[in-house]
Amino acid sequence: MTTTPTPPPDLRAADGVPIEEKAPSRWVPVGRFTMSVLRMPSGFVGVLVLVMFIGLAVLAPLFIHPSDLSVTQASGPLLAPPQKGYPLGTDQAGRSVLDLVIWGSRTSLAIGILATFGTMLLGAGIGLVAGHYEGRPGRFLMHVTDWFIALPSLPLAIALAAVIGQGATSITIAIVVTSWTATARLVRAQTLAVEARPFVERARALGATDNQLIMRQILPNVMPLILVSSTLTVAGAILAEATLTFLGLGDPTSVSWGSMLNNAFMQGAVTAGAWWYLIPPGVAILVIVLGFTLVGRAVEHVLNARVQAR
Amino acid sequence: MTLPMAATERRTRTEPLLDVRDLTVTYRSGKDPVYAARGVDISLAAGETLGMAGESGSGKTTVAMSLLRLLPAETTVTGEIRFRGEDLLEANWGRMRAVRWAEASVVFQGAMSALNPVQTVGDQIVEPILLHEKVGEKAATARARDLLDSVGVPSRRVTSYPHELSGGQRQRVMMAMALACDPDLVIADEPTTALDVIVQAQILSLLTELVRERGISLIMISHDLSVLASTCDRIAVMYAGRLVETGPSYDVIGAPLHPYSRALAGAFPTLGDPTSRLAPGGLAGDPPDLREQIDGCPFAPRCPEVEDRCRSGRIPLVAQGDRAAACVHVTGYEQAVGHG
Amino acid sequence: MTVGVKLEAPTVSGPAEGSERSDFWPYLARKVGAALVSFFMLLVVGFVIFSLMPADPVSALTRGRPTSEAQMTHLRHELGLDQPLWERFLTFVGHTVTGNLGYSYEYHQPVSTLIADRLWPTLLLMGTSTLISIWLGMWLGIRAGWRAGSTLDRSASAVSLALWSVPTFWLGLILLVVFGSGTVAGIPAIFPAGGMETHGTAGGLNPQHILDVGWHLVLPCLTLVAVIFAQYVTIMRSSIIDERGNPYLMTARAKGLRDEVVRRRHAVPNALLPTVTVIFLQIGAMIGGAITVEVVYSWPGLGYLTFTALRIPDLQLLEGTFIIFSAAVIVCNLIADLLYRALDPRVRRQ
Repeated sequence: MTTTPTPPPDLRAADGVPIEEKAPSRWVPVGRFTMSVLRMPSGFVGVLVLVMFIGLAVLAPLFIHPSDLSVTQASGPLLAPPQKGYPLGTDQAGRSVLDLVIWGSRTSLAIGILATFGTMLLGAGIGLVAGHYEGRPGRFLMHVTDWFIALPSLPLAIALAAVIGQGATSITIAIVVTSWTATARLVRAQTLAVEARPFVERARALGATDNQLIMRQILPNVMPLILVSSTLTVAGAILAEATLTFLGLGDPTSVSWGSMLNNAFMQGAVTAGAWWYLIPPGVAILVIVLGFTLVGRAVEHVLNARVQAR
Repeated sequence: MTLPMAATERRTRTEPLLDVRDLTVTYRSGKDPVYAARGVDISLAAGETLGMAGESGSGKTTVAMSLLRLLPAETTVTGEIRFRGEDLLEANWGRMRAVRWAEASVVFQGAMSALNPVQTVGDQIVEPILLHEKVGEKAATARARDLLDSVGVPSRRVTSYPHELSGGQRQRVMMAMALACDPDLVIADEPTTALDVIVQAQILSLLTELVRERGISLIMISHDLSVLASTCDRIAVMYAGRLVETGPSYDVIGAPLHPYSRALAGAFPTLGDPTSRLAPGGLAGDPPDLREQIDGCPFAPRCPEVEDRCRSGRIPLVAQGDRAAACVHVTGYEQAVGHG
Repeated sequence: MTVGVKLEAPTVSGPAEGSERSDFWPYLARKVGAALVSFFMLLVVGFVIFSLMPADPVSALTRGRPTSEAQMTHLRHELGLDQPLWERFLTFVGHTVTGNLGYSYEYHQPVSTLIADRLWPTLLLMGTSTLISIWLGMWLGIRAGWRAGSTLDRSASAVSLALWSVPTFWLGLILLVVFGSGTVAGIPAIFPAGGMETHGTAGGLNPQHILDVGWHLVLPCLTLVAVIFAQYVTIMRSSIIDERGNPYLMTARAKGLRDEVVRRRHAVPNALLPTVTVIFLQIGAMIGGAITVEVVYSWPGLGYLTFTALRIPDLQLLEGTFIIFSAAVIVCNLIADLLYRALDPRVRRQ
């Protein structure tokens, strides 16, 4: 791809109809888009799941009291199977597992979404730059991306989190550092594809600066891909958070699905056969990951259909 | 090692080798059926060469592939395909697989992708031999080498992979492969497309020679009439899935009966005839959409000699000696229709 | 009608044969060179993470143990922390390539010894799981791709998706609690609750020991396989689907071969080419799963070692395992490249 200015291409097709006179509409009308996604069975189920989970997570403080979550103040029977008042049983401290699962969704979702945001920022940023400045900087960035990909993610995440210290921040950073490469590659490929289109060439010929090009022409057209990529990334981030917290790298005082499983494991729920403590957090993770994945696929499908219809 | 059947042996059989009647092929593309071939009749004697001409989408490849039932499972094929008296459309799959290659083989177009990239050329020639005949691998490989020799490829290439050969060599390999089991019929689908002119001429003369030597019948498919003229005894012209003209090749090209054949013959400069290059007869418009059932002559929208009676009813092939054409202007049309 | 008459003599010779073999050595050199560069970058990353980032490794090491200032200064000197950065890096590189991966203060052993001890169990677990996953994944993937859209295909996809969405360690926990604890739904503890060997059994290659290890291997292997085989199904399936459109399959069918033979002898070998390389590339992705499985089942391998190193955290040990894991991935990627070239007759030519 050249960056030398070409004379403005003749933007009329043979029969005089102008082609791609302006950049395609920037923001795909959100309402129509959502409807298309909901029309697909996978999209519908996914969105339903997400709405439920996120809704519960947000509303949790309304019906879960801090004393329910406190190890010292919990009043239920210790490590008891499901029974009246405790639909999912209790943990070793007597806390209701159901309460824990709902409360735990807050941390898991928060870290998942935050980490994804960071991943998108870093990955899309690098991808855009690498795609736009295709020469030396682009290739250099791609080399960096390529050997980053070669580093196995869990050992890297463990290394980072261990060094930074336990806690939500280190987990978030670890996830960002291990996930950005996939997004960078995708975004770079899409940037290259978008840059090859006529309206970009026209804008460049008319003297648009790099900044303007990126913000006005390229980014809006790469955004849909970033959107799809982010839903799938959240799924991965939640899984990663659960794993890292399970391994003991999370904040010991906060409740998350991973920490529940860590507690269960470390304190012998396995040998005690406390299946009610082990199953719910995992099922919660499974369901929400499926939710994000299904939504991501539905969004991808709808976007592909639009691209093909053009 | 069995020797290829002598040409004389083959030609002594009197009934037609291939007798296709009312062949109709309908594809299912999504929800719409595509009428790729309608009511096609073909007859081929032993040792005879037939060229099938027509533009892309005319149905010539469809008809050829349907002979060995190589079309996808969702395709509906009706009619009769009598090969040596046996209706292949009624045969069970075991019989079909036995007929394939051993009695009728195919030279596909685009030899680069029609050959398995990770198998040696020798293995690919040997494969059908081992499948259809009771010979050992050594004998089969020896035959493969002979076959390569007979098509002009050095026999040491038996251990080469397809990508190591040139385009012309690969096409020769395809021919050697097609002859491996000494079939009675070879179907060559655009065997020279994508080859340059000199190689094209070599391939064509090689094919003609091999086929004549062994008395094999040949059906050659091409959009290039001049290629067919130089290789085939008879030509069948197809348009929009229908047969519009058949006859001896020189007649069909020199004095075409059907307006479409006329346009086709005019569109190609004749090899060696410089004046024909200056007057190509191009045709305006496009072939009809095969998803629709067409009433009347399919060529009517583009025909310079169209009349009202062309647009409705079925226009049958009208015989004129050993020629036939499906056109209202053919002498004897009224009588043929009157009797029908 | 083709135009453009080429004025070459009508020969039937093609490109020269035998040129492929001589290209191998430059190719090998290039790929090994790239791998070495990756390894060097790995050392840089390792150095940055473990030597530069921690605020003060010495205080981390001596946390909880009463140490005087003098002792800490001495420790710093011993660890080379008072040297300039580039010198530390060079020492680090030098040590690493000669096999000195530091000293674990928690275990009181050189890191390399610890790693050497735990290497075999990890190899056993990952090796067995990989082999089973490949076999299962390919078997299912080939059939799912050959008849894309069939019930088999769609159920395989659904199962793959579900298994991907499950955290590996959780699956392990569930299997362990159901089959290893004997406390759920009356199911007896068929499999051990962890570890690699029953305490007290004699080691060595005797049948009893082998059986014992095998019995301990079942659940961890099952867990790991469940999560990773889906990858192989997907890969094999797409490869087959890609191959299906190819004309040479039509040629094979026209020869009178049966559908299974066409699939097995023609489609699969071509589809295998990309699959084989991906298998090696996947090993990197599997390491995460192996680590968590080892933790859940207390399988005494490198993953479990990493986990125990987290507790202090024992940075030298963590660094050692990090380097080993990453180096393994680099080696696998190299093998993938070389293997692809060895297998594909077309690539050999370049």
